[in-house]
Amino acid sequence: MTMLDATTDLRTQTDRIFRRKQITGFAVPAVILAYLTYIFFAFDVGGLAERARMDNAATLVADSYSYKTHVTRDNRNGETSFAIEGERKGTYAPGTTPDWVSREGDDVIVDLGDGHLVHFLPEGRVTYEVPGYGTIEMQALDDRVLTNLGATPPAWINASETRVAITTDAGRVSVTRSKTEVFRYSFGWELFWFTLDSPYHDVGVLSLLTGPQLDPARSNIVGAWEDFWSNGMWRHADVFWAIGETILMAFLGTFGAAIVALPLAFMAARNFAPFVAVRFFVRRIFDFVRGVDGLIWTIILSRAFGPGPLTGALAILVTDTGSFGKSFSEALENVDDKQIEGVRSTGASPVQRYRFGVIPQVTPVLLSQILYYFESNTRSATIIGAITGGGIGLFLTQAMQTQKDWEEVSYYIVLIVIMVMVMDSLSGWLRKRLIRG
Amino acid sequence: MADVTATGGAGVGDTRDSYMAMTRRKRAYGGIILALFVVLMVTGFQTVEARSAGGFWEGLPRIFDFPAGVVREAWDRIDRLPANLLTYFPALIETINIAAVSTLVGAFFGLILSLLSTRGLARWPRLIPLFRRIMDILRAIPEIVIALVLIFILGGGPVPAMIAIALHTAGALGKLYSEVAENADLKPVEGLQSVGANWSQRMWLGVIPQVAPNYLSYTLMRFEINIRASAILGFVGAGGIGYELRNAMTFGQGKFDLAASIFVLLFLTIVFFDQVSSHYRNRLTQGQRT
Repeated sequence: MTMLDATTDLRTQTDRIFRRKQITGFAVPAVILAYLTYIFFAFDVGGLAERARMDNAATLVADSYSYKTHVTRDNRNGETSFAIEGERKGTYAPGTTPDWVSREGDDVIVDLGDGHLVHFLPEGRVTYEVPGYGTIEMQALDDRVLTNLGATPPAWINASETRVAITTDAGRVSVTRSKTEVFRYSFGWELFWFTLDSPYHDVGVLSLLTGPQLDPARSNIVGAWEDFWSNGMWRHADVFWAIGETILMAFLGTFGAAIVALPLAFMAARNFAPFVAVRFFVRRIFDFVRGVDGLIWTIILSRAFGPGPLTGALAILVTDTGSFGKSFSEALENVDDKQIEGVRSTGASPVQRYRFGVIPQVTPVLLSQILYYFESNTRSATIIGAITGGGIGLFLTQAMQTQKDWEEVSYYIVLIVIMVMVMDSLSGWLRKRLIRG
Repeated sequence: MADVTATGGAGVGDTRDSYMAMTRRKRAYGGIILALFVVLMVTGFQTVEARSAGGFWEGLPRIFDFPAGVVREAWDRIDRLPANLLTYFPALIETINIAAVSTLVGAFFGLILSLLSTRGLARWPRLIPLFRRIMDILRAIPEIVIALVLIFILGGGPVPAMIAIALHTAGALGKLYSEVAENADLKPVEGLQSVGANWSQRMWLGVIPQVAPNYLSYTLMRFEINIRASAILGFVGAGGIGYELRNAMTFGQGKFDLAASIFVLLFLTIVFFDQVSSHYRNRLTQGQRT
């Protein structure tokens, strides 16, 4: 009788547990789904497609693997100039041209590839031969731009009284009253190694090493290194320093925080701090510092120390003092008393007890934590640098704000990723070495 | 007999000598590393100071000027504080939402990536290195990089920040998850395989129940981190409380009560979620122990 009761009891209990499990099994996904639906509307994900600027994405992608050369004719004086990305430092010297440009008397012929030919003719006249469409003739006059396009040109031509812009797969031609411009896109980062004013531009590695000396004043290797390092377009030296600055910010912040936090952690650990009040007070400081968060510390400190890497390093230092203090004191609370007792039994003084009883126990834990934070702070230093203006983060935001040097943006991104991965494996390697040894 | 004692004594002497030599060498190495470290810290600090606009010693006394100014202004207009807090509350909700969604999405992808890159569980064992590399790269790219690129394409707002944090979360959680999954017991998986379960069934019924408490605890910790990250990304233009903070800062003196209310909101939020998450994490790990 009682057996039967117990069995029924057990069964109802099991049923209840199962039903609860079933309900949670359905409720959790349902709640998540409901939340995501709410987010869909709160974040206006539906309107995203409308707001998305896919042309921006296209420029970004195209720019990151190609460069464009501007061929510009001043329609007032008929002078034609050639400049990579339209920048002064990428301008071809007078009399020299890219090899896809030929001159016949005063005429300039620009070969955009695939049969697309642009002729600059006298008196502001320009013709553009588009394969499969025909030849477009334009003439820039003092008050307007004449064309042979008729009333309804195709969609890839944007024509008005004073301006004509033609965009094809091969390039872009625009004519205004004052100037005629042709953009030709080419693969690669042309000026990455040397700018056009360097004698080493467009010289192969082999001929650089074995060929004749190009600059009478300097040997080829020294000269090439100097010109590469001081490249005005890509600023290799500055970028290198910026990366160093970012790593330095992370280094100073992390290790500075560890130095500050270690003595404080002793004061916050239950088995080392004799006074409850001190322990409580130090712990609240840790909580406060962690709660205020890196962003607010960055803002507060940048008011005192001005923009630059110093603020970034100090912001990391202050924030991580809180995190380190908390985790160090936890590690100290977990030390084994036996080792301390053993050291005490040999008649060691308190300082010696700490040195030989406590420190050897916690060092591996602390070091591995410090190195882990160092690695993650390399990333944080990039972000903080973007806010306070220091390191590679600043370069990245600056390049992004101009919204045209996307090849530099992708270059910086690659550098940042490499930097973080190198720090990652360095800290992993050190952690393995230190903790085993 | 005499011979034996003699050599024995010499042996002890040798041992002691070599021990002392080792200790001395160890001390010397320690000293060198310490000296190197101190030199690095000092020169590094000087370099950083030289490359900054302001100096350390000039700035130090001014640290409290700004917080004091903010507190003073906030105190003068303390009556406006509730209204200000209410004004910025929607922005705070947005920041928390960004963190929550990106944690959810990141955890989902991190889960898949971790199972695909754990030895013994992977669907395609040959592709393990590929998925590990994917996670490494996702972890390595700082959120701000993806966020800035996406802001350029998608315009400002919460979605770029959400995607940026979610990608980073997927990489970071994927690594932690796969470390847990490596220690999972494979017997349930084999049992399920013997009754003809396919890969997703084996994972869902054999692995997930074992690792769920640890996974949840890591996810909660990530959520804490992501709240901070989403506030920071807001500051570079991705919406939420960080964006409001930047605006409030540009208003400058006389409007610091707005900044103060944002500081208060942010501080309370971070502390609140810290406490909640550490409470639940403790429960999860302790539940596992009993």
